[in-house]
Amino acid sequence: MKAAVFDYSRAESLDEVLAILSDAGGEARIIAGGQSLVAMMAMRLARPEILIDINHVEALAGIGTTSAVVTIRACTRQAAAEKSVVIAADIPLLAAALPHVGHIQTRNRGTIGGSLAHGDPTAEILLTAMALRAEVVLASTHGIRNLQIADFGLGPMQTAAADDECLTEIRFPIPPLGLSIGTVVDEISPKAGDYAVVGVAVEVGLDDAGICRHLRLAASGASPVPVSANPVEAALLGSTLGSADVAGAARLLDPLLDPESDVQASAAYRRRVAVGMLARAIELARDRALDRSQNQNKGDLT
Amino acid sequence: MSRKISLTVNGAALEAVVEPRLTLVDFLRDQAGLTGTHVGCEHGVCGACSVLFDGAPIRSCLMFAVQADGHAMTTVEGLRDEDGSLGVLQDSFWETHALQCGYCTPGMLIAAEGLLSSNPDPTDAEIREAIAGNLCRCTGYVQIVEAIRLAAARRRQQPVTPMGDQG
Repeated sequence: MKAAVFDYSRAESLDEVLAILSDAGGEARIIAGGQSLVAMMAMRLARPEILIDINHVEALAGIGTTSAVVTIRACTRQAAAEKSVVIAADIPLLAAALPHVGHIQTRNRGTIGGSLAHGDPTAEILLTAMALRAEVVLASTHGIRNLQIADFGLGPMQTAAADDECLTEIRFPIPPLGLSIGTVVDEISPKAGDYAVVGVAVEVGLDDAGICRHLRLAASGASPVPVSANPVEAALLGSTLGSADVAGAARLLDPLLDPESDVQASAAYRRRVAVGMLARAIELARDRALDRSQNQNKGDLT
Repeated sequence: MSRKISLTVNGAALEAVVEPRLTLVDFLRDQAGLTGTHVGCEHGVCGACSVLFDGAPIRSCLMFAVQADGHAMTTVEGLRDEDGSLGVLQDSFWETHALQCGYCTPGMLIAAEGLLSSNPDPTDAEIREAIAGNLCRCTGYVQIVEAIRLAAARRRQQPVTPMGDQG
């Protein structure tokens, strides 16, 4: 359980990171929080010749916001994101997901971009990014490219990042103004903080009449990468998210799934649980949005 | 290629030469001689190797020592009182029988210290959340929660500064 020999390079700038990646010909790995990579190195599942430490590259950490998007730089710690007032206010679904990510000790070190770049198919940050249709930015010595998250996550531990590319930031869309927002991230796992067997992320936006005008849904654990549930969203927009409608629409998730059986759960179980959890989470998110809307109205009266 | 590192452990400045693949926990135990921090699973699951890194609990098996260059750590040795006797948190574990074999204990103490330093009056749910990343296989969780609750109450009455925070 000891890592193989490697050379270590503490980068001070993004240019330095990209230059080392370019020169290494695929033999270098970036280390951000290292919460998955170091374990993989200990088990010799990863044996990079060069480890590029980006923890001291100032340009790769921090959270910024515009009217439409919150940009999280890749090496921002999960614990910092969890405490961020910007994320709490403007990406409530990510705020709901972060407490599910690992444990306090791993969130203190683990990063937002590191989790995405690792590509664990049941990771909550990837699930949230799929639900919100986030965008990632990849840099290399050849330039910069932006990818939709659906085009970035290709399969378990597989991403579209080339060997010489560094994930630099993730852009999460802010929910529309003027709606009451409710969010739920739910998962089944052997114990709190463990890898999820199946997970769902739901963001609901209701107007003053309680009509659903905004819906963002994704499920993980029942497909090689988390799936955005577009048909379910389309079926429910414009409704009041009544129980019968939600149960019916959630079944539209089923054809999008492609689960595999493993030691933790059968494919049939994963499929059934994903659909059931999604329906339950939509209803809970609806109730949270309604509660927020009522509290808002009470606030207006006092 | 080995690297020279400078770091602060329990308030004391240390310099060392390390191979990049040496984990922080192996450095603390084998080169710094601080064997209070335990090596459990060596892949980030058990929490026995938890230390405070710049004040926040982390798993020292999931970091390389070379990465700790320029940073400050507190290990379980740093939780003792200035006179070398058990700190309030450690004494509370003793008082409530919050350990059996002791393997998880340094990690539990560090997780608890991380919680109490930012939240002096935690609820039981917050205590359970704070130690959720630390495995005890003897059966001690109930008494560990009790110990942390007791330490919180004692520290609210008589604030203390663990040694590791002074440097």
